[in-house]
Amino acid sequence: MTPDLILFLILSFVAVGAALGMLFSHNAVYSALFLILNFATVAVFYLLLGAPFIAMAQVTVYAGAIMVLFLFVIMLLGAEQLRRAHRLDWQQPLAVVLAFVLLVEAGYIIFNRAGTFSMVEPSSPGYAGPQAIGELLFSEYLLPFEVTSVLLLVAMVGAIVLTKNKKKDAKE
Amino acid sequence: MVPVSYYLALSAILFTIGVLGVLTRHNAIVIFMSIELMLNAANLLFIAFARTFEQLDGQVFVFFVMTVAAAEVAVGLALIVAVFRNRRNIDIDQLSDMKG
Repeated sequence: MTPDLILFLILSFVAVGAALGMLFSHNAVYSALFLILNFATVAVFYLLLGAPFIAMAQVTVYAGAIMVLFLFVIMLLGAEQLRRAHRLDWQQPLAVVLAFVLLVEAGYIIFNRAGTFSMVEPSSPGYAGPQAIGELLFSEYLLPFEVTSVLLLVAMVGAIVLTKNKKKDAKE
Repeated sequence: MVPVSYYLALSAILFTIGVLGVLTRHNAIVIFMSIELMLNAANLLFIAFARTFEQLDGQVFVFFVMTVAAAEVAVGLALIVAVFRNRRNIDIDQLSDMKG
């Protein structure tokens, strides 16, 4: 057991536990907080895999911006808990069975071919620093990068249009 | 040193939990968070393989996935707010008006 492996096992335990907590929390606010914990542990995995830039982006964009937006909307709508309503009885057991089948399939493929994948070696210095990523983004991936800015603009306009209060417009 | 297949297994487990969340929960916001969890599991795979093959392209892809996820969350939450304004409820089982 190398320190790397021990760290990996502890972190994956936390990550899976947080994901399960998100799944089983009855209160949506707790689900969001568990998901933030999950994103933070995944950011540490990114650091272990030699991706510091992506790890920081994960913390700021996912755990920061996106989850704050989620918490804001949950609290704005007061949708922490839903009223019980009529449910389909067979739906949940079927979902669990299908998810288990999916997991078994994925596990079969992964461990059937485990020999073809190597170990994660210690990285060479300078691999995946912010500078290397930036150079790649602004040379080879320049067009996708610019398209991304258009996408964000469209999303911003879409969010404003969708949440605009139409009743006020009708009165004017 | 950790074998890459361990990362694949972790990613598969997280993805399955996300699928379970989408299939079993009734709160639209929690379903949305489960989708984010699945995106995150896929990102973890990208980074793991980028590390294995010493290629940076995987990391650039994860960067793009993050921006698309941010845009998706903005529009999706706006949709949920709009639905809530009309129906006073975001339980997806109640949103069956289009049912034939």
